[in-house]
Amino acid sequence: MTPVQALIAKELRGYFVSPIVYVVGAVFLLIFGFLSYLYIVFAGAQAIQLMQMQGGTAQINLNDLVFRNLFASMRFILLIILPILTMRLFAEERKLRTFEFLMTSPIGINEIVAGKFVSVFLVFLSLLGLTGLVPAVLMLFSDFDWNPVLTGYLGMALLGALFLAVGVFASALTENQIVAAFVSFGILLTIWLISGLGALLGDTTAGHVISYVSFMEHYDRLVHGLIDTSDLVYFGSSLALMLFLTHRVVESARWK
Amino acid sequence: MIDVQNITKRYGHHTAIDRVTFSVAKGEVLAFLGPNGAGKTTTMRILTCFMPATEGTARVAGFDCADQPLEVKRRIGYLPETPPVYQELTVTEYLTFVGRLRGMVGRNLTSALDQSIGRLELGTVRHRLIGNLSRGYRQRVGLAQALLHDPPVLILDEPTVGLDPKQIIEIRELIKSLAGSHTVILSTHILPEATAVCQRVVIISGGRIVAEDTPEQLSARLRHSEKISVTLKTPPIDCEGKLRAIPGILNIFSGQTTGNYLIECALGHDLRDEIARFVVSNHWGLLELRTISMTLEDVFLQLTRHEEDLSHSADASASSISDGAVVTQDTAS
Repeated sequence: MTPVQALIAKELRGYFVSPIVYVVGAVFLLIFGFLSYLYIVFAGAQAIQLMQMQGGTAQINLNDLVFRNLFASMRFILLIILPILTMRLFAEERKLRTFEFLMTSPIGINEIVAGKFVSVFLVFLSLLGLTGLVPAVLMLFSDFDWNPVLTGYLGMALLGALFLAVGVFASALTENQIVAAFVSFGILLTIWLISGLGALLGDTTAGHVISYVSFMEHYDRLVHGLIDTSDLVYFGSSLALMLFLTHRVVESARWK
Repeated sequence: MIDVQNITKRYGHHTAIDRVTFSVAKGEVLAFLGPNGAGKTTTMRILTCFMPATEGTARVAGFDCADQPLEVKRRIGYLPETPPVYQELTVTEYLTFVGRLRGMVGRNLTSALDQSIGRLELGTVRHRLIGNLSRGYRQRVGLAQALLHDPPVLILDEPTVGLDPKQIIEIRELIKSLAGSHTVILSTHILPEATAVCQRVVIISGGRIVAEDTPEQLSARLRHSEKISVTLKTPPIDCEGKLRAIPGILNIFSGQTTGNYLIECALGHDLRDEIARFVVSNHWGLLELRTISMTLEDVFLQLTRHEEDLSHSADASASSISDGAVVTQDTAS
């Protein structure tokens, strides 16, 4: 086991022996399940309406009526949930004075940041994996196109990774977990709202640049089933930027 | 093994340590002594590559702390002020994690684990969560962590804090047993600890090294005269004057209790025999007669109190009665 793997294993254990993962996971799955239920019932009601108007069996599109709405709502849910998962990563180490131990261990800051990020990303992926139950069950009773669902999941994974990277960064800034969570809410909401400014500026260079910076349009395209290289580049580069900033913050903590 | 040259650490305008220079030979145990805020922890943090020095160079085992931190970190076992333990892990899990973090695997790791658990007598708590352990046990887990990979250099920041007296003795014995094969720096403000465990003491105050020597040499160097305390049952009138009849006595002060006198004589002249004979032949009732040696505590207080004129007083080897009087007051108080 390499030092990074040891760190990941320790972080995962930290998550699963504390109540955080269970509470956050339960809330996340409950909201996901409840939203799916609402959208499915709503789709069903629309199907009945269509049947009454047209007669016979109506074809409804689950991709449009259920999954696209569900994935769009997930932006907000992830924004609320994920900072709670990341807030402890560095803040707790600093509070409990284990940060000094970690920094004096023969392991680089790169590896520390990577290990922390990977561990929380694995926790998130396992929660996301559990939500796969909803499309799996729906598949038994109806027909829908799996491809946009899979790109939606790819979108959620990428968006989640970006949110987690912001959360890890915020956690490195402070030794107070509440502050860490709040800072990541702040950063994420700001990036979200920037897309509104982009839309306001419309078809101008500034408008395009600002819209590009926000994750909204990139995520929306994936939810609509479109895999565009520019979106993947966006997620990849913003993720790298956040992790790089985290590295700088951790490094600078040594100087204080 | 450890070589520190002129390191300075500034936080903004505050200078935590100022041009500190010292070196530790292989196998030596060195104590870092100083009041709180003297710069002990800062120096240790620089040596363990936790923070870089503003100026100067620190080398551990031939590697520069600023240029090759990973090589230095591999060779150091470090116990910070607060034991760096994860409360949600058991002792075994924690030590396994620490070992893996340092690149230990397989049988190598298990045997090191058993050895350090044995050394610190953690066998009974090895499967308990660290969060549920007492302060003393956590401190021992912290020490087990520092010793786990059998590093050539150990840096221990107040290793016996929070332990009970029996454990303190055990840990001191452990540190003593490490001398020779390991180079150890420990910081403490418990003075007997430094005397008991270390071959050399560095006294640091206000970020500067004020003295560096063996505990014995330090107290000898600052002692300018021999002092003898004598207690008499029935002292005569003008006892001080009468005692002066003994040749070799430089000064006599009356002590805190009646019948108690502090006698000062030249360095290297032990007058206890003469005093005893004189007192007994006069039937003054000799109750107590002992030499007062300057303890490390006195040295420490004197050094950290009179920092300014230290360079002068440390260099002055000739005895001076006025300086002696200051020492006497310190000793008596």
